[in-house]
Amino acid sequence: MIDVKSVLEEIKAAPYEEIEIKAPHTGIVTFEIKAPGGKVAAPSGTYLEKPGTLLASITRERNVKPLHALVSGEVATIHLELGGAFVEAGTPLLVLRHYLTKDEVVAAILKRVLHLFPAPERAKYYFIPSVDIKVKSGGCRAVTVKPGMELFIVSRMKREKPLSYDGPEGIIYAIYFQHDDNVEAGQPLIGVCPESQTGLIQDVVNRVHSDWEERN
Amino acid sequence: MDTEKRIAELSERLGYIRDIFGSRENANITLLESKLREFGERERLASPQEAARLLQQLEDLFVFLEKKLDAELSAMDVVRIVRHPQRVSLKDILENVYDNYTEIGGQDEYSIDPSMLIARAYITRRRGDKVHHQPVMVIGQEKGHGQEFRNGGSVKPWGNAKALQYMKVAETEKIPIHTFVSTPGAFPVEDYPGAAQQIARNLYEMAGLKVPVVSVISEGGSGGAEAIGLSDARLMFSHGYYSVISPEGAAAIEAGTRQGQRVPPELIGACASRLKMSAKDNLSMGYVDRIIQEPHLGARPYHYDFFKNLRQEIIRATDQVFLSIAGMKLFRAMVLGRHKDVSPADAESMYVRWSVDEAAAERLLWRRYRKYRCMAENAFVDSRTPASRLYSKVQGAVWSGYSFLRYDFLGKQERRLSKALGEVEGELRVVVDKMSAPLRKMTRRSGPPVCDAEKSRMLTELSQPELGACLEDWGWSYISPRAREDRAVTCPNMKQSGCPDLWAPDLFGDFAGVCSHCGHHFPMEYQWYLHNVFDVDSLHEFNAEIEAGNPLDYPGFPEKLEAAKKKTGKKSSCLTYEARIDGKKLVVAVLIAPFRGGTVGAAEGEKFIRALARARKRHYPFLAYVHGTAGIRIQESLNGLIQMPRVTMAVRRYIEAGGLYLVLYDTNSYAGPVASFLGCSPYQFAVRSSNIGFAGPGVIKETTGIDIPPNYHNAYQALTRGHVQGIWDRREVRKNLKNALLTIGGRNLYYR
Repeated sequence: MIDVKSVLEEIKAAPYEEIEIKAPHTGIVTFEIKAPGGKVAAPSGTYLEKPGTLLASITRERNVKPLHALVSGEVATIHLELGGAFVEAGTPLLVLRHYLTKDEVVAAILKRVLHLFPAPERAKYYFIPSVDIKVKSGGCRAVTVKPGMELFIVSRMKREKPLSYDGPEGIIYAIYFQHDDNVEAGQPLIGVCPESQTGLIQDVVNRVHSDWEERN
Repeated sequence: MDTEKRIAELSERLGYIRDIFGSRENANITLLESKLREFGERERLASPQEAARLLQQLEDLFVFLEKKLDAELSAMDVVRIVRHPQRVSLKDILENVYDNYTEIGGQDEYSIDPSMLIARAYITRRRGDKVHHQPVMVIGQEKGHGQEFRNGGSVKPWGNAKALQYMKVAETEKIPIHTFVSTPGAFPVEDYPGAAQQIARNLYEMAGLKVPVVSVISEGGSGGAEAIGLSDARLMFSHGYYSVISPEGAAAIEAGTRQGQRVPPELIGACASRLKMSAKDNLSMGYVDRIIQEPHLGARPYHYDFFKNLRQEIIRATDQVFLSIAGMKLFRAMVLGRHKDVSPADAESMYVRWSVDEAAAERLLWRRYRKYRCMAENAFVDSRTPASRLYSKVQGAVWSGYSFLRYDFLGKQERRLSKALGEVEGELRVVVDKMSAPLRKMTRRSGPPVCDAEKSRMLTELSQPELGACLEDWGWSYISPRAREDRAVTCPNMKQSGCPDLWAPDLFGDFAGVCSHCGHHFPMEYQWYLHNVFDVDSLHEFNAEIEAGNPLDYPGFPEKLEAAKKKTGKKSSCLTYEARIDGKKLVVAVLIAPFRGGTVGAAEGEKFIRALARARKRHYPFLAYVHGTAGIRIQESLNGLIQMPRVTMAVRRYIEAGGLYLVLYDTNSYAGPVASFLGCSPYQFAVRSSNIGFAGPGVIKETTGIDIPPNYHNAYQALTRGHVQGIWDRREVRKNLKNALLTIGGRNLYYR
């Protein structure tokens, strides 16, 4: 049994994720950020049409290519010594420290404590009618799943077939698919946890929502 | 009680004056404020008779100073009058000008678009003892008095579609149309039917409406105004404005500000006066026929005398249009022609029948075409010598004469003859077939036809590389100068499609600016098309001497214009050619992006019209190749805006004469031209990766608050919306055009 509290403490100890930005290809690097510690912004706009902060540019064959930040946070490390130098593809240029948001913390905890049941193929997924009624009336946590239990209808190209649950017994804590939307193969459909742990997980999630301070 | 009401009215009038003059300090306004305050203090102490006398004095002072303030109005003050919630709206006009009306297709917010109001109304007139109800279709933008659901009179595409529908109804019912223009501009969304596309449709249909249209302009904001503004008689309120762009928009362009940044109010005010948007300016430039005088500081719903005057003016204008196309008009036309001498009652007392027969409708359409054709004729520079002007006139006359003889006179006989010969040939063929049937049967029995073995091998085997079948000959006659640069180029779709970098000589040379991985089309020079699409050395430019000018003396514009001329070596953004594609002759008009963004002003419109006339006379197909256009040239204001209806009418004339009008969009095409003479073509195509729309993303965000997706104006979206009819690969433009010339439209093309 996973200790949910210790997972949270672990995240609290390092409430960020470090992303290393590497040179996508060879070229001469020009840093736009001049010192570590600077704040960077992620792509923004309704359609993420505004690029993130310009970190550096790499010139290859007189072609200047910008390198934008894909997440928000701050610059933890910057290899300024590479400025103006020719680098190979994959050379580390910067490390961005992205501070986790509440939703990211919750997602990280759930990812570790829940059993995720993945979609076997790209298709639309529905609960079988008896489960669907339960989900709609009492929420997903009203449903207890057992290995081998027929749980989903897989709908693809107008053909439908049943899909049985495979994994530990427990209740459905989270549903990751939307009605009438295609789910890619390998993406989680549901997250299951033992019934005894639901209260604990909910406590931690509530605590994250109330106490977590977002730094970005 | 009466005194209180009168004081409240005066306070309201003062509030209105303050709104109109904005933050400007004015001694007269200060005086009114102090007098009103003073009256409030003195009224309490004075006797009722004395209070009444003082109030009367104060009212007289208001009238006097309002008159004085009216003379001080700046261009921006007029804009504020037009936008004020107290401004007369269409509903007020329907209530006070017409004798009765029924609103069609809407009741307040319950309408397909509450900003477009349509009503069937009638005007009652007497002929001797008889009373006549003269029906009319009233169409106009309704702002309401601050009603939010009216969207400030900014009509959505479906609102304009509704207006067009009822214009056609009026045509069926043969009743005149009165349009009331009161819009800051069209709502610039591309949702079906699309702002640009619908305005273009409206203009095209209005150009051929067989009933008189009288328009009254209060707030004529750009393309939105044109959607219902094309008319036979154009009246304008004295305190209205009619302009290609709002003063704020012009100031933002002038100052080069980005979205969200504020423009200094002084610059906005300066732009308002530079754009020459007032009624007087428009009358002097010939874009309106008559000004309807409003009360001082603008008409408000309680100005009943104004409505009376408006009624007379509208009746008179409608009468004049009907009389101008009527067979019998002698004295009535004379009386109506003398505006100044006619008392207001005269227009109503004189009876003119509002009906149109077929012959009158033809006269009406010709008059309408001529009216617009004569507009903006002095707004461009024609540097041709008198001899060359004479030559071109003679040439036009010869072409017209030849066209008449060859295609109308002889052509008719030829068609009749060939039809008769075709019938005879068909009959003969049946007889010959029947008679030769036994003979064919015998030949077939003698064995199957033998095919040459070598020929058979060649036809059935795959191509042989050693014979050069796989060697591609790009064969471009023009190579972009960018192909000379030794550098790599990144495709903008690199992230989504994983395109590798391309070497500029490959990309801009052999690949014709097309990404070899994803097919993205990089913008190319217009010369690339001129030299690679048309037959080599077949281009012959004409009317190159017609030059873009500065008709409004817009400050700072001559320098910009000179710079554009120097940069491109051209005199306007529209180039017109006679050209050939695979031997087939055609007329081509090109809007080039490097010249002021391909904007259209009076010179460009004139060149387009002349090119259409040439194609009509010579029975050539017409291609509008839009290398790029940013819209109407704002520095020319109405001289540019009027090209929307003006050129659309010429396009209609050409299409109705049996011509084939093709439009090909490249790079970015937006605003006025797309919403008129380009968008009205039934055959519009786009080069891949081009963008087509009404307003750019910044303007949409600014005016509607809607965030649009990045690919909103993409050619494929335009195809999905039904705006364009196909998307072509740049490398196949020549082939597709050749095919289009053979397969699409145009009954009077010489090569058919």
